[in-house]
Amino acid sequence: MSTPHPGSPAARLRDHDVTPQPAVSPAARSVGGVAGWLDDRTGAAKGVGYLMKKVFPDHWSFMLGEVAMYSMIVCLLTGTFLTFWFVPSAGQVVYDGSYIPLKGVTMSEAYRSTLDISFDIRGGLIIRQIHHWAALMFIVALSTHMLRVFFTGAFRKPREINWVIGCILSMLAIVEGFAGYSLPDDLLSGTGLRAAEGFMQSAPVIGSYLSYLVFDGPFPGEAIIPRLYAVHVLLLPAILVGLFTVHIVMVAVQKHTQFPGPGRTNDNVVGYPVMPVYAAKAGGFFFIVFGVIAMISAVVGINPIWAYGPYDPSPVTAGSQPDWYMGFADGALRLLPGWLEFETFGFTWSLNVAIGALLLIPVMYTLMALYPFLERWVTGDQREHHLLDRPRNAPTRTGLGVAALVFYGILMFAAGNDIMAIKLGLSINDITHLFRTLIFVGPPIAFWVTKRICLSLQRRDRDMVLHGRETGHIIRTADGQFFERHEPLDPFTRWELVQHEQFQPLQLGPATDDHGVASPNARTDRLRARLSSFYFSDRVEPVTPAELEAAHHDGHRAEAIEAPEGEAHGELEASERH
Amino acid sequence: MNALAARRRHPAAIALLLLVGLLVTGAAYAALAPKQASAATATADQVEHGKKLFLANCASCHGIGAVGTDEGPALPGVGAASVDFQMGTGRMPMTAPGVQVGTKKVKFSQDEIAAVAAYIASLAPGPAIPDGEFTDGSKGDPAKGGELFRVNCAMCHNAVGSGGALTRGKYAPSLRHVDGKYIYEAMVTGPQSMPVFNDTNITPDSKRDIVAYLHAIDKSENPGGLTLGSLGPVPEGLFAWVFGLGIMVGFAVWLGSKSA
Amino acid sequence: MNEHGTPPQGEEVVETGMPAYGSTAVRLDRGHVVGTGGLPQRFENPGLPPHIPRMADLEEAAAKRAEKQVATFFGISALGTIVFLVAYFAIDIRTQVFIPGIGDANLSNIVLGVSMALALLGIGVGAIHWAKTLMPDTEVVEERHPLRSSEVARDDVVQTLNEGASGAQLNRRPLIKYSLGGALGLFALPFLVQLVGGLGPVNISELKHTLWKKGDRLVRDPELTPIKASDVTIGSVFHVLPETIKDSQHVLEDKGKAAVLLMRLDPVDIHVKKERDWGYEGIVAYSKICTHVGCPVGLYEQQTHHLLCPCHQSTFDVTEDCKVIFGPAKRPLPQLKITVDTDGYLVADAPFAEPVGPSFWERDRT
Repeated sequence: MSTPHPGSPAARLRDHDVTPQPAVSPAARSVGGVAGWLDDRTGAAKGVGYLMKKVFPDHWSFMLGEVAMYSMIVCLLTGTFLTFWFVPSAGQVVYDGSYIPLKGVTMSEAYRSTLDISFDIRGGLIIRQIHHWAALMFIVALSTHMLRVFFTGAFRKPREINWVIGCILSMLAIVEGFAGYSLPDDLLSGTGLRAAEGFMQSAPVIGSYLSYLVFDGPFPGEAIIPRLYAVHVLLLPAILVGLFTVHIVMVAVQKHTQFPGPGRTNDNVVGYPVMPVYAAKAGGFFFIVFGVIAMISAVVGINPIWAYGPYDPSPVTAGSQPDWYMGFADGALRLLPGWLEFETFGFTWSLNVAIGALLLIPVMYTLMALYPFLERWVTGDQREHHLLDRPRNAPTRTGLGVAALVFYGILMFAAGNDIMAIKLGLSINDITHLFRTLIFVGPPIAFWVTKRICLSLQRRDRDMVLHGRETGHIIRTADGQFFERHEPLDPFTRWELVQHEQFQPLQLGPATDDHGVASPNARTDRLRARLSSFYFSDRVEPVTPAELEAAHHDGHRAEAIEAPEGEAHGELEASERH
Repeated sequence: MNALAARRRHPAAIALLLLVGLLVTGAAYAALAPKQASAATATADQVEHGKKLFLANCASCHGIGAVGTDEGPALPGVGAASVDFQMGTGRMPMTAPGVQVGTKKVKFSQDEIAAVAAYIASLAPGPAIPDGEFTDGSKGDPAKGGELFRVNCAMCHNAVGSGGALTRGKYAPSLRHVDGKYIYEAMVTGPQSMPVFNDTNITPDSKRDIVAYLHAIDKSENPGGLTLGSLGPVPEGLFAWVFGLGIMVGFAVWLGSKSA
Repeated sequence: MNEHGTPPQGEEVVETGMPAYGSTAVRLDRGHVVGTGGLPQRFENPGLPPHIPRMADLEEAAAKRAEKQVATFFGISALGTIVFLVAYFAIDIRTQVFIPGIGDANLSNIVLGVSMALALLGIGVGAIHWAKTLMPDTEVVEERHPLRSSEVARDDVVQTLNEGASGAQLNRRPLIKYSLGGALGLFALPFLVQLVGGLGPVNISELKHTLWKKGDRLVRDPELTPIKASDVTIGSVFHVLPETIKDSQHVLEDKGKAAVLLMRLDPVDIHVKKERDWGYEGIVAYSKICTHVGCPVGLYEQQTHHLLCPCHQSTFDVTEDCKVIFGPAKRPLPQLKITVDTDGYLVADAPFAEPVGPSFWERDRT
């Protein structure tokens, strides 16, 4: 190869080359050795340097997502370990392991290998228990993480995509969990699969075909275990990890949200940099999550498959339940009445099963995924939001969230109605009737109560700002009057209570334009205005400086907190212009 | 639990109890199958002593001569096994009527119970107290017992015998750490809601296997650690939410707080 | 919009329901008081509060103490790992040990778990304690920028796309566009067809039939011994399979449909003539497979004659031909017509007259 002629186009490309200078300190030299080698080949220094300086805000609730992430990683690690011994086969064998009460019993290879992992492989039981506890914690943590995101309004623009990804992750996680729960082929999980077959059969038109395709013939067949295994260890983990990667990259790109506070604005992130603080905190937290799960697994047993015995379609155990995350669907099946099954033209509609088993999960997750778009339509708010709402400052959203949570909770508890019956000494029939009522009555009450509590908390915030903190010091004036001295809030504390903005309901524009032509969107506009009024007609405004000033002068007189009903200042028309 | 027991009071309870009695009588009478695992041989003295005890403690409900009253069923034919089970586990004498009679502290000595059992057995033939040979779990096959248990018992009593719910407040009690004799007697006599498993259904040898299975899981009870009541995924989920999440949040709060 | 009501750069501002904090007077009943002049309409962000130094920042002794604590945690972790390694080889995995509060537990499981937990927690707690006490605790402010690209960049992308499309002559040659779309759409089909077609045989008539046929003896589950009518006393319950299950090639599949519950009632208690006729002297046989989603319905209460399903609590009344009296199931459990053979053993008198188990679409089609 010849050196390009000076002044040739190829040589000109190198005009700006800089001869590398040796690093100054020995430390920098040693780091520069490996890192420099890498950077020479990848140019990663820029990106890595940027990432190391990224700032994360501190708040305990921001760690819920990390608990979920780390639990998932623990599942991946322990799950890989389990695959080395687990045999995903329904082939029948006779047990000859070390668990005496099952010696000589005919069972599937899947069940036998799970027994072997539990009793005959060193450290197998602890890994199995860590795997199962981590799976439960994964879904517990991701659910609470979702609640945090919902109640603080973190799903708002620009994070709608991540909310939708999160919803999909959550739904796949429960399917992944159910697949794992079913694999050991014990009596409990087999009963779960038996019910799952019933669920599939209940699908109108295609039900029987679906069941035959999934089970490769009549239930239980020999195909379901290996198929579920492929889904559990390959298909779903791949999708979960892929979506999760997008989820976390989006967090980095959009930067983390933060709670409002002094110095925190919509245009900044206040917290600690990755290097060194968050590297230590988040890295250390992985070990804590793993450690806590290991500790729980050491002392608390989970899913004692040896106790249930091998699957057989004839026996069943009392207290047959799925793991908690499938509880809501199972609870729905317990509450749905039998008259929902009927026939038309000789075809059977098993809606008593299909609603709870096939419709509930997709409908619930679709509603959840759509919520940010609904709220944005109602508020007409197109701005980016990086400051979180305090839940009390969004009373209607908080109320809706709690109502949904109550609905979910009732279904989930309904799945434990038999356990409640024996542990609380109640009648299972009474509990079921109670839940059937509560499922209709509970959510509206929860909505109303939550909203009122939120509004009251906002009023308390106002009161705190206007009159300060009660000190407990009683002062007697010269003319014999007593009063308690209130200490005014410092500006930093006060800011948290006055920083938020309140929406006002959109007002309906004229139904016809200047030329008397009816607006084509009149119907949707009316709906939107009604929803807007539902969201924002009850509201408490934050204290203004003038109010505070007046309060200092006049005591209590100058405040009237809520706007009268029906008063609206926003213009729907205005938002439509864009 | 007293308040709950009181809530279970129902006008139908007495009728129910009567029905129980009648059925138990009938079932037990019919259960007099060819193969019997009986141990008891009663003396006349014992019967006489039992009669006195019966008059003092039981006759107020079951009537003089155990012929039954509105309060309690007639007992001829229920057999010594039934008496031994009901009194030996503290179910009888009962304190208050309810949907189901639960266990209490046993008030009588084994001799007194044996005497009352002998007296009742003298009224009409019924299932006898089983021979120790058939109630000793160590002589049975726990694996075979496990299979029988899962088919015949687990649906009510749970796969490891920790109990389960029945309709309208009734329940299948826990079978953990119960004497093999009482497990056997319950199968033969079918107390309360429980069906009868006579010797033609489950042979005495098989009954012993079931006892062996229950005793085996009592012994090797929790390899994995705390069992949370052996009630399946519900307590596990509750534990994950309360303790699992609680500990994680505790650490997260510590992590997010400023150091002093 | 940031705290001061100014829109961020590059963001299209849309007027929403926000009140305009302008110069107009605000009514008292809306929670606002007209300013007396000189007061801002809203509070202003006071900025970051003053930094309060930690003990370890002020005193070297405290810092030294923190250092020792962190090192102790890391030491605990190393110790945990060593215990784990020793325990892994030293403890026989069948050793049971009594632990107060837990009972008899597997020693290996507990020691391995606890030592692993200590090894992990030591690192985690040490690292976080280190970060909290010794690493910089002054909060750092990172500026945010609107996520939206600049107009120029957006236009550039649109232009590139358009140029690409016109370069490929997509608009001018619709034939290519539509045929490509069609081909891509069709290309997905082989995967779908392979998947669906290869998954399993579909033989729906199987769902409607069980192993039972006329003359099959009823045998005990799991011993598979035949049952004499005289064996079944009033108040007892037998879990039953057809004798042909012995020779079945698909035991679990057949059991899943053929499992039957046999009970004997006083004939007086049976209120339905068909039930009495299909039974034998008060002995009746019903499918054990729940008509809801297929769990075995085995919980027979001998006083009330109720059958309860442990999965979703459907309750069937045996005195009323197993009709549903509670819970989510709709249809009664199908009855198996039984009689006795010449040797006095119970046999099926006919196959099930209707499909057993959960409902399905074609259930009532012949």
